[in-house]
Amino acid sequence: MIGFLGRRCLQAVPLLFVISALVFLLIHAAPGGPLAIYLSNPNIRAEDIDRLRRALGLDRPLWEQYVAWLAAFVRGDWGYSFSDGRPVATRIAERLPATLELISVAMAGATSLALPIGVAAAAGRGRWFDRLLTGASLAGISLPAFWFGLLLQIVFSIGLGWLPSSGRATPTGGDLVDRLQHLVLPAAVLAIVQAAAWSRYLRGSMIATLRQPFIAAARARGVPGRRVLLRHALRHAIGPLLAIVMVDAALLVSGAVVTESVFAWPGLGSLFTEALARRDYTVLMALLMLSSSAVVLFNIVADAVHACVDPRVVLAW
Amino acid sequence: MVTKPAVVLALLMAVAAAAPLVTPYPPDRIDLSSRREAPSAAHWFGTDDLGRDVLARVLSGARVSLAVGLLSALVAGAIGVAVGGAAGYAGGLADAALMRGTDALLAVPRLPLLMIAAALLQPSTPLLIALIGSAGWMETARVVRAELMSLRTREFVESARAIGAGHLRVLAGHLLPNAAQLIAVSVTVAVARSILLESALSFFGVGVRPPAASWGNMLYQAQSTLATEPWLALAPGIFILLTTVCVNLASEE
Repeated sequence: MIGFLGRRCLQAVPLLFVISALVFLLIHAAPGGPLAIYLSNPNIRAEDIDRLRRALGLDRPLWEQYVAWLAAFVRGDWGYSFSDGRPVATRIAERLPATLELISVAMAGATSLALPIGVAAAAGRGRWFDRLLTGASLAGISLPAFWFGLLLQIVFSIGLGWLPSSGRATPTGGDLVDRLQHLVLPAAVLAIVQAAAWSRYLRGSMIATLRQPFIAAARARGVPGRRVLLRHALRHAIGPLLAIVMVDAALLVSGAVVTESVFAWPGLGSLFTEALARRDYTVLMALLMLSSSAVVLFNIVADAVHACVDPRVVLAW
Repeated sequence: MVTKPAVVLALLMAVAAAAPLVTPYPPDRIDLSSRREAPSAAHWFGTDDLGRDVLARVLSGARVSLAVGLLSALVAGAIGVAVGGAAGYAGGLADAALMRGTDALLAVPRLPLLMIAAALLQPSTPLLIALIGSAGWMETARVVRAELMSLRTREFVESARAIGAGHLRVLAGHLLPNAAQLIAVSVTVAVARSILLESALSFFGVGVRPPAASWGNMLYQAQSTLATEPWLALAPGIFILLTTVCVNLASEE
């Protein structure tokens, strides 16, 4: 296991190199370069832009800039935000808790929806509630998250007035109840969309498991149906799902871009859209690098978790 | 085999294509005497802040959204088949290099990447199709590669080589046709994803630009007046959902 983790981490290094080059090139391929936004500003003189270009090192060859940026990035020096001059790391750190809060609640919600739905649909395969649940989950994976968010706002914030439509707390300082009320809608959007995908996956792998001889053997021994379902079949079917959950957890960080912007949730997703609107390249590069690294890392963790849960999985390469 | 979702999709495309004939209003007709009207018999999905008929705009937006979705999935499919085919057929170092590149692109979150590219390049619709397509080929490449790895050692490939078929002929004439069904499924999935990506990009104001209507940018415009004119958000979303449900159903059959 340790050897496996070591090898996978070593393999992740060239992968991260490729990703970093990609991210860097994308930002620098912009017409006019990173300073394009100043070019159209009549209050900034051409010589100021030149000075800025030299000060930021943008006059050096591209590969030199890349090496300098990557070396600094690896050391934890992510530069300063173009829009307010504060360190990028600080800006990210102050937004991280909101995103983590949203994602962990959404993950918990999605898991507690997906498990019973997937198991129930597989157990009653072809019956009316299976059709209902399968239809609902199909709608869930086809749903544009931002539109779903707008619908929830129309119904629960504007129509019924039960829940706030934006922000993380009332500006005057909210108590716990107030914060929970703000959390409900954005977390529900993320959780329901995610639960749709997971429950479909679980249903499929449960159905495949229920056909296996060891299930028939358990039934023949007189193990009660519920126990067969939850102790024998679910335990067998849950390994691959866990791996998918881990990978999706990393992807949720970027999925939060949509939800956070619809609900004005002050997390990393909103930071991303704000940075994009202001062409804040240092923040954009750091966010893309962080989320890509998270995906790579969680992929490794997912394989390891899968192997821990399911002893038949051989940790190859 | 013609299936129900395929029929609904075909119907949707036909209505979108015939939009000027079936809607009583042109999508761009501004009618200041009937601004912000709730859905009624005259305007089934209401009117927007300029008195434009929402149904007419949704159907004209359907052309853009469906075209972007279908064409960028085809672009993605073409790149995916090319990369996956090359990797799976060649094997060895080329395979390793191509697949590491694929893995790298898969790890970068797709929507944020596209949002940056679209915000910087301010693409026209053809360029937007190219962008979405070039961000969506990795899954197809993986499927094609895996299938070719298992196909290329089969006897029919060997016999094709024995009668003197060249690499390209073996790949295009013998291997890829055998992977056609898998390719079709992965391109269908890409259609649904591309439609969602286009609508998300337009929703963030970096995709299809007004005054042209797309489902996404109609929702972008609806967002600011959600409290007073919630109907503006209804029709475009329903059409996106209907389309992606049908495409997803079609991919399962």
